[in-house]
Amino acid sequence: MDKLTVPQIQQKANDIREDIITMLEHAGSGHSAGPLGLADIFAALYFNILNLDPKNPEWEDRDILMLSNGHTNPVQYAAMAEAGFFDKDELMTLRQYGSRLQGHPERERLPGLETTSGPLGSGLSQAAGYAYTLQYMDDIKDRFVYVVMGDGELNEGNIWEAAMFAGKYKLSQLIGIIDRNNIQIDGNTEDVMPLEDLKGKWEAFGWHVIEIDGHNIESIIDATSQGRAITNRPTMIIAHTIPGKGVEFMEYDYKWHGMAPNSDQAKIALEKLRTLDGKITHEGAGL
Amino acid sequence: MSYPLNPALFTGDMQLDPTRAGFGRGLKAAGEANESIVALCADLTESTQMHLFKAAFPKRFVEVGVAEQNLVTVASGMARAGKIPFTSSYAAFSPGRNWEQIRTTVSLNNQPVKIVGSHAGIYTGKDGATHQMLEDIALMRVLPNMVVVAPGDSIEAEKATRAIAENGLPSYIRLAREKTPVFSLDESPFEIGKAYVLKDGTDVSLMGTGTMTYQLLLAAKILAEHGINAEVVHVPTIKPLDEETILASAQRNGRVVTAEEAQVIGGFGSAITELLSEKLPMPVKRIGMQDRFGESGDPKDLFKAFGLTGEQIAEQVAEWTKTTHRYHQ
Repeated sequence: MDKLTVPQIQQKANDIREDIITMLEHAGSGHSAGPLGLADIFAALYFNILNLDPKNPEWEDRDILMLSNGHTNPVQYAAMAEAGFFDKDELMTLRQYGSRLQGHPERERLPGLETTSGPLGSGLSQAAGYAYTLQYMDDIKDRFVYVVMGDGELNEGNIWEAAMFAGKYKLSQLIGIIDRNNIQIDGNTEDVMPLEDLKGKWEAFGWHVIEIDGHNIESIIDATSQGRAITNRPTMIIAHTIPGKGVEFMEYDYKWHGMAPNSDQAKIALEKLRTLDGKITHEGAGL
Repeated sequence: MSYPLNPALFTGDMQLDPTRAGFGRGLKAAGEANESIVALCADLTESTQMHLFKAAFPKRFVEVGVAEQNLVTVASGMARAGKIPFTSSYAAFSPGRNWEQIRTTVSLNNQPVKIVGSHAGIYTGKDGATHQMLEDIALMRVLPNMVVVAPGDSIEAEKATRAIAENGLPSYIRLAREKTPVFSLDESPFEIGKAYVLKDGTDVSLMGTGTMTYQLLLAAKILAEHGINAEVVHVPTIKPLDEETILASAQRNGRVVTAEEAQVIGGFGSAITELLSEKLPMPVKRIGMQDRFGESGDPKDLFKAFGLTGEQIAEQVAEWTKTTHRYHQ
């Protein structure tokens, strides 16, 4: 796939946000805040960072993206549709009987998904297993394994088992991205189960850690590029994001973690997204 | 075709060998035949007999540490990368501790990860109830896509390991710590999904899985001395069940006894009972752990305490057949 420019990626992120609102409203259930907060990261991944071929999802030279917090999958489905893995109309089948777009991602249903996830905490170790295979068994140095995690799921012990494993084996082709939006179902992450000092924790496990603004496309691209250049450690990108980003009445509000907008709310959200409250404009995207 | 049994059966020359040793040999052989096979262990490499593979293929062996959740999920990632990963630990920890990871990232994700549960059952002996995994059969056979195998002896464990290496499916293999009698021969058949009639009978069908099949052979010999002609069916594959062989034996004998060194609730006895209740309802007696945990002790003492020896099974079957009529269609 051709790599898009930053303004083009910003536009794609906006399109992905519109897709998320439309598909969630149509599905009548699902998670809103996480996917909206991840839209910039997924736009950067699918339209610049990852080496992928939407027409050949099993392309053997591709990069790997594993989504660990599977409940945010509307953002991945939207990004995949925008990237041409499947027709955008199919987004409207989300969570319906017979759909390839299951409520949580299932690898065998939809070409382009690398794993099945939903139960939290297991994505990092799968990505680590893939990265170990590339680095030590198959001696392939030009493919990278990315894994997107939520911050709430860092409560899971499996994550820290994987953190130790990747640190021990210096899995330099492994790049983790934590969606640091500070919310989980029961409230603020620091109230439910404090994660800080989060950077210090990963560093103590032997990781190279980069903290970025998860809505700054350039920062996302730069951080992954730095991660690929580091050859003696795995990289963890702590991406600070705003849950519900782009839809003002959802932003920072943890009740939107597990809720879908109704038709009135979707209408307001889509109007906001299409005008972008002056933050970025379609004209500015240069398309 | 009759099943060739070890001619030394019930003699002083009977060879004893743990099923885990057969696994170790089988994994090395499988690794020689297929370079996609890799092995991961959670700090129990020699105990689970993976050291043979590790010595032969150091680049294809991964030490994961005492982290069973990581063990199977790293393996799932390796399977996505094209490998056929064998993961080993004690059955109490894998699948005991990491069952959800197996369910989501191996079974639902349908990756050919092999879960090797060593030190399963009462044969784990002196380590006591925490380490005597009795619930693994129930846990694993309930998972869609999962193949469940409990080899009867070390020769069969070697064959079963080589077979699951090439079956392309998520699979569980149940192994014992202690040396157990080797009742089969190199030329005895083994195929995933097949059950084998080891001895023909007419009065009652004794169906065993794993190392309990030996106890059933012993029980059948004792029952013969009391005029009861028991058939012995060895069922190393608990899932998928060989329905044809099992139903045919049940039909011939009209009464079925199952035996396992695991919980009868949800275990092998349940699997046979489910099949018979739907397809051929008849009296069934389930021998195994009766909704209780084990405890520390020499395996021989524990087998006696829980009524699992061939002699005790013979007594129980003799008593049961007196009061339980054969099923006639």
